[in-house]
Amino acid sequence: MINENAKTILSVRNLHASVEGTEILKGLNFEVKAGEVHAIMGLNGSGKSTFSKVLAGHPDYEVTAGEIVFRGQDLLELEPHERANAGVFLAFQYPLEIPGVSNRDFLRVAYNAHRKANGEEEVDVFDFDDLVEERAEIVKMDVSFLDRSVNEGFSGGEKKRNEILQMALLQPTLSILDETDSGLDIDALKTVSGGVNQLSTPDNATVLITHYQRLLNYVVPDYVHVMCGGHIIKTGGKELALELETRGYDWLTQKEAIA
Amino acid sequence: MSSSVQSVVSQPYKYGFVTDIESDSLPRGLSEDVIRAISAKKNEPQFMLDFRLKAYRRWLAMEEPDWPNVKYPPIDYNDIIYYSAPKQAEKKLDSLDDVDPALLETFDKLGISINEQKRLANVAVDVIFDSVSIATTFKEDLAKHGIVFCSISEAIQAHPELVKKYLGTVIPTGDNYFAALNSAVFSDGSFVYIPKGVKCPMDLSTYFRMNNGDTGQFERTLIVAEEGSSVTYLEGCTAPMYDTNQLHAAIVELVALDNAEIKYSTVQNWFAGDENGKGGIYNFVTKRGLCKGGNSKISWTQVETGSAITWKYPSCVLVGDNSVGEFYSVALTNNYQQADTGTKMVHVGKNTRSTIISKGISAGKSKNSYRGLVQVNPKAEGARNYSQCDSMLLGDTSNANTFPYIQVQNSTAQVEHEASTSKIGEDQLFYFAQRGISPEDAVSMIISGFCRDVFNELPMEFAAEADKLLSLKLENSVG
Repeated sequence: MINENAKTILSVRNLHASVEGTEILKGLNFEVKAGEVHAIMGLNGSGKSTFSKVLAGHPDYEVTAGEIVFRGQDLLELEPHERANAGVFLAFQYPLEIPGVSNRDFLRVAYNAHRKANGEEEVDVFDFDDLVEERAEIVKMDVSFLDRSVNEGFSGGEKKRNEILQMALLQPTLSILDETDSGLDIDALKTVSGGVNQLSTPDNATVLITHYQRLLNYVVPDYVHVMCGGHIIKTGGKELALELETRGYDWLTQKEAIA
Repeated sequence: MSSSVQSVVSQPYKYGFVTDIESDSLPRGLSEDVIRAISAKKNEPQFMLDFRLKAYRRWLAMEEPDWPNVKYPPIDYNDIIYYSAPKQAEKKLDSLDDVDPALLETFDKLGISINEQKRLANVAVDVIFDSVSIATTFKEDLAKHGIVFCSISEAIQAHPELVKKYLGTVIPTGDNYFAALNSAVFSDGSFVYIPKGVKCPMDLSTYFRMNNGDTGQFERTLIVAEEGSSVTYLEGCTAPMYDTNQLHAAIVELVALDNAEIKYSTVQNWFAGDENGKGGIYNFVTKRGLCKGGNSKISWTQVETGSAITWKYPSCVLVGDNSVGEFYSVALTNNYQQADTGTKMVHVGKNTRSTIISKGISAGKSKNSYRGLVQVNPKAEGARNYSQCDSMLLGDTSNANTFPYIQVQNSTAQVEHEASTSKIGEDQLFYFAQRGISPEDAVSMIISGFCRDVFNELPMEFAAEADKLLSLKLENSVG
């Protein structure tokens, strides 16, 4: 939902970042206001996933120039876990498996870390159990998944649901969903999208990174951006996604090459 | 892999203080005279002196084992003090009130209260300081059940027939180099005898403290569980920080008769040396349980976190039909620690079963090896073993090895071995971090998860302690 008067949540200016000495992001500008849903599309290797990891602070990526301001705060000064506790959430394209650590414990420790960072009291095991079981409804997740090791032996769809469950629990200000739709069948896609929509409020914002317009039928973006060569080459409304679906990326990337 | 999982600094060792207490020591070095002197100081019967001298003569002819996957400079066995006792312990104490306040304070500082009133848990303790047992708690209560729980020196005086019957029957004097040395010079240790049909009403425990810098500690524990009895035994250890190495060569022998059960748990936290590998304990220990009777069971659980070098293979000899042996182990090494540890399960009787669960965690520049033997003898019809050996690496300068030996001589036996090696990767830590969990908390969650199968075997208080200990040991291993 676009509201010109809404507060800016994220402001990225001239961002350059490299991994192992290769520059991937080359002067990226990006701005997100409260209540908005953005989609970032683009070919493989255009820098979409890199951008999400740089926002979250993955140690393999080095920011060489530019700035990221999140709710008035210099995000680059924060450690990855501090960014998370400040309200940046990344739903992973490939969620990690953590053998031996129960999903329930993992979620509780994460939830309490957020509360502690925000000066709130930690919740005990019993209150947390009630809360997490209620939130599991949002993604229609069976509570038996809570007592398994984090993502261990989960199917692709179950892992993605688990990501959205974490989002439902942590209620981030900015959620970045990195190809959350990939590998989902249509039912799972509906469930996951339904969860994302349900969690969307006028105070938070969502950034969807995707290859396909399909997801955007369920989570309707206010803006669609096309990324190429490490920066955004075109921004439009949701109709841009449909245009990309029929015309592909060539007409844009060629224009970019000429420019 | 970037550098952030590499830098390893150990948590300062909080038990590293030295107690200033006057002690009575024999001169350095080892000879028949020294052994006679130890035996005389303890006023031992002739059979004990004979036992020691026989062991010493065997030891002289033996060579220090060179097969463990550890490296250390040669030990000068003539530069070690083989007997050291706090002065006051010379005379027999009538009650705990007579214990030197400096000693009481030492153990208070270690969180071990010798004062029975202060003890919270239902645990009786035998406290060993350098070469001697200082005190044994709850002795009278246990005696009502016919249970003998005392220092081995006391047992030699009060129950010589039991000691004579069982000492050295599980680990013969010439079993190995360090066992022979221990048999020759052992100064004290614990003795437990659980009579027929008695379930020991409380956990028994020994706490070992090495204080004197030049003293070797050679303690000897013997636990006998008669028919249909059961006992749970806990062992804890700490030592001051010295920049020289101290030798600890202990023996633990367990005997379980028909339908008896012994559960033996250790949380070993000897000084491990500093972050540059200077100092620390050489922990060369022989532990073995004999399931002598049918349907008997011996279970070893160990959490090894300390020592500069660990050489230790708590084992089970399953002689009785249907007897069960178990080994649950967590071995953590950090900095320059070296551990070569595991177990031996020797199946002799029919339908004997054994389980081995070993978890090795290596951080820093440490070396962590699992070495295990599963042996099924020709007559062990229907023997079964399940082994699982998992290693976890932190950072990329540590080392993990697995040396499983399997010898099966009976075609009806079933032996399974599973092994895995994993690494706490930067991506796992990033996943935790992205959910707001700091790297320290992430590592401690992953490690507790990794060790859960073993911690579940520990008595509850011990399990919490072990969990905390591992987190402390790994503090600053990442970040």
